[in-house]
Amino acid sequence: MAAQLQFDRRPQAVIALNDSLIMIRRSSTHILRNTDQLLGTFFQPIMFLVLFAAVFGGAISKALPPGTNYLDFLMPGIIVQTLAFGSTTTAVAICNDLQKGIVDRFRSLPMSSLAVLTGHVVSDLLRNSISTVVMLIVGLVIGFRSDASLVDWLAIAGIILLFTLAFSWLSAIVGVLARSVEAVQWLTFVLVFPLTFASTAFVPTEGMHPILKTFAQNQPITQVVEAVRALMLGQPIGNYGWLSVAWSVAILVVAMPSAAWLFRRRTSGN
Amino acid sequence: MVIEARNLTKSYGNLHVLKGVDLDVERGSMVALLGPNGAGKTTIVRILCTLLSFDGGIVRVDGHDVRTEADKVRAIIGLTGQATAVDELLTGRENLVMMGQLYRLTAASARGRAQELLEEFDLLDAADRQVKTYSGGMRRRLDLAVSLIAKPPVLFLDEPTTGLDPRSRLAMWEIIKKLLASGTTILLTTQYLDEADQLADRIVVIDDGKVIAEGTPGALKSKVGNDRLELTFVDGDAFGRAMAELGDDIVDSNPTECSATVLIKDTRSDVRAALDRLAEAGIAIQSLAVHKPTLDDAFLSLTGKQKHTQNVEGQ
Repeated sequence: MAAQLQFDRRPQAVIALNDSLIMIRRSSTHILRNTDQLLGTFFQPIMFLVLFAAVFGGAISKALPPGTNYLDFLMPGIIVQTLAFGSTTTAVAICNDLQKGIVDRFRSLPMSSLAVLTGHVVSDLLRNSISTVVMLIVGLVIGFRSDASLVDWLAIAGIILLFTLAFSWLSAIVGVLARSVEAVQWLTFVLVFPLTFASTAFVPTEGMHPILKTFAQNQPITQVVEAVRALMLGQPIGNYGWLSVAWSVAILVVAMPSAAWLFRRRTSGN
Repeated sequence: MVIEARNLTKSYGNLHVLKGVDLDVERGSMVALLGPNGAGKTTIVRILCTLLSFDGGIVRVDGHDVRTEADKVRAIIGLTGQATAVDELLTGRENLVMMGQLYRLTAASARGRAQELLEEFDLLDAADRQVKTYSGGMRRRLDLAVSLIAKPPVLFLDEPTTGLDPRSRLAMWEIIKKLLASGTTILLTTQYLDEADQLADRIVVIDDGKVIAEGTPGALKSKVGNDRLELTFVDGDAFGRAMAELGDDIVDSNPTECSATVLIKDTRSDVRAALDRLAEAGIAIQSLAVHKPTLDDAFLSLTGKQKHTQNVEGQ
């Protein structure tokens, strides 16, 4: 039969990186092939944006500082909310892989097992970036305006990408631990929904109960929302900038090795 | 020995799944692990493939300890498990190339080998379609092709034909025979005695986490017993005359159902001989069937107890 097989003899570190690239390509191909999910990626955030602006806009703008347009206030909140929910597709994808035999196949190969997770996390980042851009365009069409400079936009991109990466790794843990996709769905919903709503994503904290207010003002999503909001509206960023980065880095540092460790433990069948 | 397991044990809490299994597979040969569901076949395969930890014993694949040299083992094995381990959203070709690269093939080499396997496994027409559109037989063929992408010298096939229709099953057997002929060392698990008989050089019968018998298919079959001819006669009179005519050859009979079982040593000549004798005596037969020993029969004769194996064929 056929030609001699050529093996890749590059150093181990290069090969491990290559494994991650192969898995990123796999998961990214899924984005385009998974039509149902693709539709959700585009329409869900647009629906949220338009509904919130239209339904709550009139009522909430009274609680905002004078001169603030609700759509401008809402935009950073909707983006962060969409990214937080969007990161949960990592959990679904990992759980799906684990349900099927394909993880056994990967584990029986001489590849880096972390690459399976990295592939999903990175492609999630890609998908979430696309949906953020789509949301911004729709926002601009319905009247969102920003004073942010190019540098501000780069800072915004950095903050939300880091946040999404951190949440995707968190979501990877859920994906490894959950025993079914249904479990992933309610689990991520229960975790993400309160975090996004008990924050300044949609409303200022002024009207909240003191306990809720304390929680809302100090949890990570608020830091990210406020940092992005300050940059978009040209307001002073205060502590929100470094706090949002610190939260994301802290989550990342804990979640990434935990997810990898749990994944190895789950797939070694003990 | 390419595959070697000594006194292999594995427990989940108080559930002892493997109770000291010894297994040897010689280079270039095929051994079939035969046993019912839950006997421990898949557990053994998963341990040998480095997918599962174990409690006691020594396991080596081509001289490499599966615990301490897992990566060396992974580089030389291919695995086709019970669940098809391919990516549904990718095409057949994309699956092959991806797995090839993960096996450390260069991209060009992986693409070339993928093309070769697509041709060989009759998947060329479907090569660029997503796997979710494939039939069960096509998925299994792709799954096997994927495990062969880097031409691994050692292959594990965990129930490769379970759930396949008879035609796909035969096609799979042909592929497996070719692999064996090309020098691959194969460990196969199966619930079907005829599959083990058709393919393997040696059969190891597993029950309840232990090896209860092993040997060549011929030796094992002679222990298990021969084919049997099951006859049903039109009425009591025919039944009575048949009993007299066939006499000692009858091993079992049931007067109320007018049926009798005749032991067959050589299927080709003995069935004909028995029928000729009945025809000459003018005895009318209602129906007949040649019954090959099943896994149930094998267990009955090897362990002396009735073992109800779950037959999952066609699921």
